[in-house]
Amino acid sequence: MPNVTNEEAKAEVPVFANPADAPAKGAIARALDSDIFHSFLKSKVTVVAAIGTIVLFFLAFMAPWIAPHDPFDLSTISIMDARVPPVWMEYADPRFLLGTDDQGRDLLSGIFYGMRISLIVGFCSVIAAAILGIGLGLVAGYVGGRTDAIIMRIADIQLTFPAILIALLIDGAARGIFGALDREVFSFYILTFSLALSFWVQYARTVRGSTMVEKNKEYVQAARVIGIPAPIIMLRHILPNVTGPVLVIATINLALAIVTEATLSFLGVGMPPTQPSLGTLIAIGNDFLYSGEWWIAIFPGLALALLVLNVNLLGDWLRDALNPKLR
Amino acid sequence: MIGFAIRRLVQAVIVMLVVALLAFTLFRFVGDPVNQMVGIETSLEEREALRERLGLNDPIPVQFARFIQNAAQFDFGTSYQFRQPVSDLFLKRIPATLELSFMSALFALVVGIPMGIYAGLNRESWVSKLFLSVSLVGISLPTFFIGILLIFLFSVTLQWLPSFGRGEVVQVGSWWTTGLLTVSGLKALVLPSITLGLYQMTLIMRLIRAEMLEVIRTDYIKFARARGLPDRLVHFRHALKNTLVPVITITGLQLGSIIAFATITETVFQWPGMGLMFLQAVQNVDIPIMSAYLLLTAFLFVSINFIVDILYYLIDPRLRVERA
Repeated sequence: MPNVTNEEAKAEVPVFANPADAPAKGAIARALDSDIFHSFLKSKVTVVAAIGTIVLFFLAFMAPWIAPHDPFDLSTISIMDARVPPVWMEYADPRFLLGTDDQGRDLLSGIFYGMRISLIVGFCSVIAAAILGIGLGLVAGYVGGRTDAIIMRIADIQLTFPAILIALLIDGAARGIFGALDREVFSFYILTFSLALSFWVQYARTVRGSTMVEKNKEYVQAARVIGIPAPIIMLRHILPNVTGPVLVIATINLALAIVTEATLSFLGVGMPPTQPSLGTLIAIGNDFLYSGEWWIAIFPGLALALLVLNVNLLGDWLRDALNPKLR
Repeated sequence: MIGFAIRRLVQAVIVMLVVALLAFTLFRFVGDPVNQMVGIETSLEEREALRERLGLNDPIPVQFARFIQNAAQFDFGTSYQFRQPVSDLFLKRIPATLELSFMSALFALVVGIPMGIYAGLNRESWVSKLFLSVSLVGISLPTFFIGILLIFLFSVTLQWLPSFGRGEVVQVGSWWTTGLLTVSGLKALVLPSITLGLYQMTLIMRLIRAEMLEVIRTDYIKFARARGLPDRLVHFRHALKNTLVPVITITGLQLGSIIAFATITETVFQWPGMGLMFLQAVQNVDIPIMSAYLLLTAFLFVSINFIVDILYYLIDPRLRVERA
C-alpha cells in the first residue's frame, strides 16, 4: 500500500525540462511534496493522531464559542443542577450531555475550557523552557570552557531528579516567597515557571551538541573573521541550523508538560478551582468517586488521556521522520 | 578501578554539597524560621533573643556549616505544622514508602520482563502488538489517573480491594512497620503498587523487546541455532543474558523515580509515607520537611547513580580499557 501512494505522488509531480522552472512552485506545494509529508501519509496512526489533535485543539481554543454552557457565568449555573449524571443514565438532564459537577457546571463545557487552560499552560511552559534551554545551550556550546562546564554540570545535577519533583519543590518555594500574594493571579505564572525550569535541560543538551559541531564550520568562522559580534553569530547564523531536533523535543515535551501540569493541579498545587484545568477537574471529581458520581472525575481524565496520547503519537512520528538514520 | 571509584565519589560529594546549599537556602531564606515558631504577640526583644539562640545572626557560611553538620546527623530541625522533629516524622514514614516502592519495582520486573521477551521473540503476533498498544496507552495515562481508574473499578464498583491506607501493620524491630504480614496489609498494597509500577513495567517491557530484537539478529545467536541448540536454550541462555545489562542499569535508575513518583501514588491512595508528608509540606509551606525531603531524595539518587556507575564499570570491560 505505501508504495502505491508513493508512486502516485511521484507521478503527479510535473517533470520540468528546465530545472529553473521548478522553484516557481509555492511553499505549500513544496511542503506537500516533501519527504516528511510522504512519511506522514504512509503512517495511518499518525494521520489519525493529527486529526485527533487538531479536533481537540479546536475544541479547546474555540471553547467560548462552541461550548454549550459557560462554566464561568455564575448567572447560568444553579446548584440545583449539581451532580446530574450523563444523559444515558437515570435522572439525567438533556441539557447536560456528560452531566454536571458538584457546583452544577456542565461537564462537557468544563472539559473544553479545562483543556484550553491545560494547553495554554503547556504551550507557555514549553516555549519558556525552549527559550531558556536554547539560550543556555547556545552559550555553553559556543563559548565553551568554564561557562560550558558550569552550565552542563547544573544540567547533569538536575537530570538526576525527576521533573515532577523539581516542579513541586519550585512550586513550594514560590508559595513561601509569594505566600501573601493572590493565588488566583499567580498560580498560572508559578506553574509555568516551575514547569519551564524542570524541562530546559533537554533543549540545552541538544542545542549545545549541535552548536559545538556548527561552530567549527566555515560559515561561522567566516562570520567571525569579518567581525560579527558573538551574540549575532549565535542567533542569526547558528540558531537556524540547530532547530530541527528542538522541534521534536518540544512536541514530546508538550505532552509531558500537559501531564505534569495535570498532576500538579490534581495534587492541589497547580491551577485553582476557579480556573480549572483538566487536572483540577479530576481533583474535584475525585472527592465524589466514592459516592457513585464517577463521571465528574472520569470524563476529564479520559479527555486528558486522549489529548496526551494524540500529541505523543505525533511526537513519536516526528522523531522518526526527522531522524535521517531511520530513513 | 579505585581511581575511577574515587573520581565518582568526589563528583557525588560535590552534587550533594550543591543540593545541600539549595536546601539550606530554602530553609534559611524562604519563610522566616522565627515567624513560624512564635505567636503574633511575641515582642521584638523575644524574637531577637530567639534569633540569637538559633544562631540566625551568625555569618551565613557558619550557618551553612552547622546545617550540613546537623543534616549529617539526621537532624533537620522542627516541622512547622507538626511541632515535632522532622527526623522522627520521616523515620515513622520511611517503611511505608520503601515497602510500596519495593513492591511496585517487583511488579514491574515480574510482569514486564516476560512480556518483553514474548514481544521480542514473536514480533508479528497480535499479542505482541496488543502489548505495545497497551504500553503506549499506559505511558499516556498520568499516574494519578491510573490510580483513580483502579480505585473506581476495584474499590468502588467491585469492592474487592481497599482504596486508602496501609491496612493492618505489624511492628518489626524498634521502628520498622510492615504490611506484608497481614491479609489486609497485603490487600492494601495491591492497587498502589500496580499504579506506581505500571509506567516502569511498560518501560522495561519496551526495553527488553528492543534489546531482544537486536540480540536475536547477531551472529552468535545464528551460530547457536546452527549448532542445533533448542530454542529454549538459545532464547534464555544466550539471548536473554545479553539483554539484561541495560535492564539492570535502567531498573537501578528507575528505582529513584519510583520513590519520587510515590508522592503522587501516596496522595491518591492516602498512603502514609514520605511522599504524602512532602506534598502536605508543599501545600502548607512547611520548609524544614521540604528541605529534608530534598536532601534525602538527593542522597538516594546520588547513591543509586554511584552504585550503577560502579556496576557498569564492573560489567562492561570496554570502560576499563579506555581508562587504562
